[in-house]
Parts: sequence; C-alpha cells; structure tokens
Amino acid sequence: MTERREVWITGVGLLTCLGDGLEATWNRLERGDPPPYDDKSFAPYIVHPLGPVNFDKQIPKKSDQRQMETWQRVGVYTAGLALSDAGIAGKPDLLDHTDMIVAAGGGERDIAVDTAILSGVRKVNQPGAFLNERLMNDLRPTLFLAQLPNLLAGNISLVQGVVGSSRTFMGEESAGVDAVRVALARIAAGQSELTLVGGAYNGARWDVLLAFELGNVLLKGKFAPVWDRGPEGGIAFATMGAFIVLESREHAQARGARARARISQVYSDRNMRQPGESEAALRRQWEAIADKVDRAHAVIISGAAGLEPATSAERHVLQGIGLPVRNTATYIGHGVDTQFMANLGIACAVIEHGKLFAPTGSGDLGESPPGLSQAIVTSVGNWRGEGLALIERVD
Amino acid sequence: MAVSSAAPKRDKAGRPIIAVTGMGVVTSLGVGKSDNWAKLTAGQSGIRRISRFPLDSLRTTIAGAVNDVYQDYMPPAELSERIALLAGDEAIAEAGIGTKGRFPGPLFLALPPLEIEWHYRIAMADSAKLNEDAGYPDLTRVAREPQFAPIYESLKYGIIGEHLAVHFGTEGSPISLTTACASGASAIQLGVEAIRRGECQAALALGADGSLTPESLVRFSLLSALSTQNDPPEQASKPFSKNRDGFVLAEGAAALVLEDLDHARARGARVLGILEGCGEKSDSFHRTRSSPDGKPIIACMRNALADAGVGPEDVDYINAHGTSTPENDKMEHLGVSAVFGEHIRGIPISSNKSMIGHTLTAAGAVEAVFSLLTLEHQRIPPTINHNVPDPAIALDVVPNVARDARVRRAISNSFGFGGQNVCLVMTREPA
Repeated sequence: MTERREVWITGVGLLTCLGDGLEATWNRLERGDPPPYDDKSFAPYIVHPLGPVNFDKQIPKKSDQRQMETWQRVGVYTAGLALSDAGIAGKPDLLDHTDMIVAAGGGERDIAVDTAILSGVRKVNQPGAFLNERLMNDLRPTLFLAQLPNLLAGNISLVQGVVGSSRTFMGEESAGVDAVRVALARIAAGQSELTLVGGAYNGARWDVLLAFELGNVLLKGKFAPVWDRGPEGGIAFATMGAFIVLESREHAQARGARARARISQVYSDRNMRQPGESEAALRRQWEAIADKVDRAHAVIISGAAGLEPATSAERHVLQGIGLPVRNTATYIGHGVDTQFMANLGIACAVIEHGKLFAPTGSGDLGESPPGLSQAIVTSVGNWRGEGLALIERVD
Repeated sequence: MAVSSAAPKRDKAGRPIIAVTGMGVVTSLGVGKSDNWAKLTAGQSGIRRISRFPLDSLRTTIAGAVNDVYQDYMPPAELSERIALLAGDEAIAEAGIGTKGRFPGPLFLALPPLEIEWHYRIAMADSAKLNEDAGYPDLTRVAREPQFAPIYESLKYGIIGEHLAVHFGTEGSPISLTTACASGASAIQLGVEAIRRGECQAALALGADGSLTPESLVRFSLLSALSTQNDPPEQASKPFSKNRDGFVLAEGAAALVLEDLDHARARGARVLGILEGCGEKSDSFHRTRSSPDGKPIIACMRNALADAGVGPEDVDYINAHGTSTPENDKMEHLGVSAVFGEHIRGIPISSNKSMIGHTLTAAGAVEAVFSLLTLEHQRIPPTINHNVPDPAIALDVVPNVARDARVRRAISNSFGFGGQNVCLVMTREPA
C-alpha cells in the first residue's frame, strides 16, 4: 500500500432553515438566534422547513427543476454551492475526474395521487385492478426519476457536470457517515483525487412523517433543545442540503485551492442499539482518535437528534470526554442522511472562525478554547448510525 | 494471515490481486449456480406471465420473477433479503471462508429503494375509519397502532444490510448502495477497492432485487422502457434484434466472495476467477438516455481496461448490458465498436438478459457471476430470441445457441438510469 495521503475539505455547500450557504448558517448560529421551526403546517409535529431560496442560481434551467422533486432540487443546489466554494464549478477539466458519493433515501411521493387512490380503492370490489388503473393513469412518468435515490447524483451530473464517478449509499445516518468514510479512504489511498460527498433531505412532507410516526420518534407539541426533550423526546425533521468537497492536499495545492480544514479520521460501525450499545460504540470511536486530539484546542460538534435514550447516551459519553460541546440539530433540525455532512460543514466554519457558536440546551457545554484547531463531529442517528470524524485546522 | 515466504502477488499497478473464491446466484431460472448455468447455456428463458398480482390495465404483463422463492404477499424488502441471503450463503459455502456466521470482511450490498407497500397504506386508511378521503395526516394519526409497528423497521434503508450483516457476520458498517442498473457492479467495485486499499483481505459483494410490484412495473412502463410483446413471454427479451421494444423487468440476486489472491492461496481456496479491473464514468446528457456520441460508456469501458492494465485486443468476450431497449443496444453497439475497433468483429458479445430479463439492481452482480462462469466453463451463453437481426448492429451476439470458445478475459457492462455506468474486467487465475 502507498502512504496514506492528507485529505482536505476544499468546499462546503449548505442549505438549512438558517439560510442559504455556510456563512448565512454560521452567522445565525454565532448570534444564537432562536431556531426557526414550523409547528403549524404538520401539527402536532414540528419541522424545520427551508427559508426562501432561489434555485435558479444553481439550476438555471426550469426544465431541469421540473424534473426534480424538492429533495433533489435542494441537493443539486447545495452541490453547486460546494463546487463553487471549492473552485471546481464550471471547470470541465476538474469535473471530469470529480468523483461523487451521495447519501440518499429518496422516495418522495405524489401525495395527491396517493390520497386519491386511497379514497377510491376502498370502495371497489377489485382493489388490485383499481390500483393498476389509477397508477397507469395518474402517476406522472417523470415522477419515478424524482423518486430514485441515485437520481440526486444523476441530476448533479446533469446540471453541475460532475462525471468522474457516481455512487449512492442508502441507510439513513449510517449512509452519510459511510459516504464520508469511503470518500476519505479512497483519496487517502490514491484511488481518487477529488470527491464530492453529500446529501439532501426533505423532512417537511407527510410521507416522511408517516414513515417515522410508525416508530414513534417524532417531536410533537412543544419545541425544546435536543438535550432537553425528556424521555418522550423526539426528532424535529428538517429540509436541508449539505455537500462537502474532499481533495488530496497535492491536488488542492497544485491548483491553488485553499483548505477549509483537514479531515483526518472517520469512523462508523454497526450496532443494534441494545441497551448500552450506542454509548459503547461512541466511546470506542472516541478512543480510536483520542491520542490524536489536542485537548486544549479541541471541541465537539454533536449530531444528537433529540431521540431518547440515544441522546442521553451521547450526552453521557461527551460529558466524560470533557471537551466543549455544541449540538446543531436544535438550530437546523435533523436531516437524516444529510446531517453528518451538514455538521462537518458547520465544523469547518467553527475551525475557520476559531470559535464555537452559541450554546442551546443543557448538553451544550463549555466555552471556545483559545486557539481552537480541532473539531470532533459525532453522529447518532434516529435508529442506527453512530459515527465520528476528526477535522483540523490547516496551518 | 499465514506467514508465507513467497513475495506477495501484485497486479501491474502494484496492488493486491482480487480473486473470486465463492459465488451464488438466484434468478427466474432457479436458485443456485448449477441450475442457472445449465438453463442459461441451454438457452432457456425465465420470463413468464406475471402471477403475483392482477394485470388489468397494464401494458406489460410479463416478468422474470423469482417464483421459486416468492411466497404469497411477500413484500419486496422481504423477498430481496431472502434472495440475497440464498445467494450469499451459496457464495460463502463455496469459498469456505471464515467460520459459520463470521465472514472476515465487509459487506457491500446493492438494493432497490424501499417504500411503504400499498396494502399497508390501505390498511392504515381502513383503520382511520374514514368513509371519504383518507390523506397522509389520517394515516399518520393511526400509524402508532400496534398492528403497524412491524412496518417501521422494514422501511429503514439500512435494515436489510443489518439483517444480512448479522446473518453472515460481516465486519464493520454494511454499505447499502444504489447506482440504478449498475448497482450490482458498483457493489463489486467497492469491495475491490477496499481490498486494494489494504483495509481488508476479503469482502462480500451482493446485489439483490425482488421488487416486482404493480407500482414498479407501472413506473418503468410509463417511461416506455418495457417490452409490451407479452405473448409469448419467453420471446419478449431480444437484445440486439431489429424488433426489440424494451426490457423485461426481472428479479434476481448474486453474491461474490472477493479475496486478496495471496489470502485465498494461503488458505488453499479454489480460485474461480480474478476481478482484474473496474471502470466508471458518469453521463451528464440525460436522466434516462446515453449521450448520443457514446463518450461516457466508451470512457467507462476504457477506464476498466486501463484499471486492469490490458488493451482491447486482450478481451475475448463481452457480457453485454444488452437490455433489449432500442436505445441501450444501439448505444452499446456504438460504444463497443469505438473501444474495440476492428477487434470487435472477432469478439463474441451476448446478453444474459435475453433469458433472465433485466434484474435491475442485481444485474451487475448476476452478470459478473455469469461472466466468471463463462471463463470457468469456456462456454458462452447465447443471446436468445435473435431471429430478426438489426442490420445497424454488426456484432457477433452468439445468437440463440451457446458456444464453446477460448475465453481468457471477459468484460461485463452495466449502464444505469441517471448516467451511472460501470464496467468490470474478469480473467482466469494467473499462474
């Protein structure tokens, strides 16, 4: 094997309820603005919808926008932000060897068609025949392409011109962590120079809420910070997009690109969330990086989602580590496959500004250390998905 | 790993050589390698009239369903998991690797996306006790009733990977992936890359697709992708024929145990073939169509040959993507003609899909297994239903009858919706 190469984050694209772009999100985090959430549209559930966004800026053709559903538009837009930030956008010579790993679920449905079918199908004698007839007549042909998980990547190739390679990982938060882990490993081993990694999620829709209400994991009624939602706590889903560009140091330096941060380690694992397993997994991952952490200058960006007992388990591990902690989901909600990349993007801003943003809730601990140079980003998913990354300032 | 005095075997690029030491397969032709291979080389079709659900209003009424495994009302997630398990068990048993329930490497799993099934939605609408419109808010209101609880985990994209990881005892986080019709090949590629990086000495690559439902059929039908020549079903899939009119939706699964050649030899494993190279190239032309100049699929095949360190003249057989759609077969002809130049006249190219249909997510893995069996048996499965050749496609498609041939190296193409293309290069065990 060749030596492990250094990998930089040279671009971040972020679209959250806090704003369009990493800086917009950072500015509101830094001020500690009250998180924008919507407890009316999907009552009793609480979601974090996007603010205004002009998709034309990254997806100029309306015909392209029409071929996508919201999650894909959000993803293609955010991928464009990341490529622009990295100085790759619109440069075919670079896009030609830009690889891509997307974490996605997809499956955005036509709620009106489903509702009409559900109303009709229960009144007929031959439900199977009725279903066929309505699906054949009522489904938009292109809706399928807006539902396929890999068509987020497909649309990024089409609109943004990323054509090196394309892979889509499925599996909720684990998919996000593994997408970054595999992208890092490939570049570190010389299998890629430049990889766009990210995802997009539209949590402000009834089909998502239905899928998660089946497991009783949704935040209902009154909003509270993720740490303080109590034993009946739940997740406030979000609409968000997050992409990061990973690049070998050599490749970045050769083209004069600047590093937002170095990404040194990513860990993921499998556990079945038996009592104590989530906590043990996070502890194992922390122990794997502990000797690389400069404790005087390191902070933790937590992926706590607000669901118990996982959130309390994470709080317990983080308290034991003793570094300053900030969670993001109180501000931006939870974006499942996308959350880890969003938190890596926010961690880049923390590193670049050399300080933490305002605390929210009882699990946010400590103050910014002087000379902040490392951020540990955690993931604790809605169901699985324990993961951890270490990113560092490039001096 | 056993200490060996011999220097490690490396490929031309100095990387570990990737051996295939176990394979398993399930298609509409049957369960297991031997049954599939016998029928495939006998030119038998697994395409039948669909018996799983009513066919009223459907333009396409045929499919390559895995009826040997399907049981009444099995949802796609359960069927996909079942056939993945069968294929994986067969592959691991053949490889004789690890111990029971402990596979010494990671799992890369190509799967179709999962959604709530219609019968569950309807059951929830019934439970909401509404006589008129039942919308998603109403379904959500009853979603926590205990009878619906089992649906929750079945909707997790990671659940099949978790079940299989537990069953096989694979290491680390199982990766579930999709690159549409290239997914199975992408799973193999991820395994090859992980071994080349030195992260592991073995990996289990799996592709499975058991998603024949009315809605999946309708979705492809509305894109005009499917053959509507329903009668007789066995003759609908006719890749490279002038009268081809679409692909036939099919189910299937395949598994490959990938292993560092040194590791395989050190434990005395039988080497079934070598995964010599992988190539990818994405297409930025259109969501469902290839770039008219064929550049992305040409680059994909060239990338694969370059990764293997071989040239077009070194390839003896092409396992085609060969879907039987007017568009794919025309573009694949253009692509292989450009890559292989004058050599193409001497290279047989056949499509397994003429017999098993398009196994979608599984296709890249299923067809890699069949390519490796072609190398092992030195016998090329035919392209059946080739009765009306397309004069615009001058290829040796091994029409209708299997052929014995000297095959030292094969490539297998997979081209997916969304412009995701993968090509694999396979060869026999080196001396």
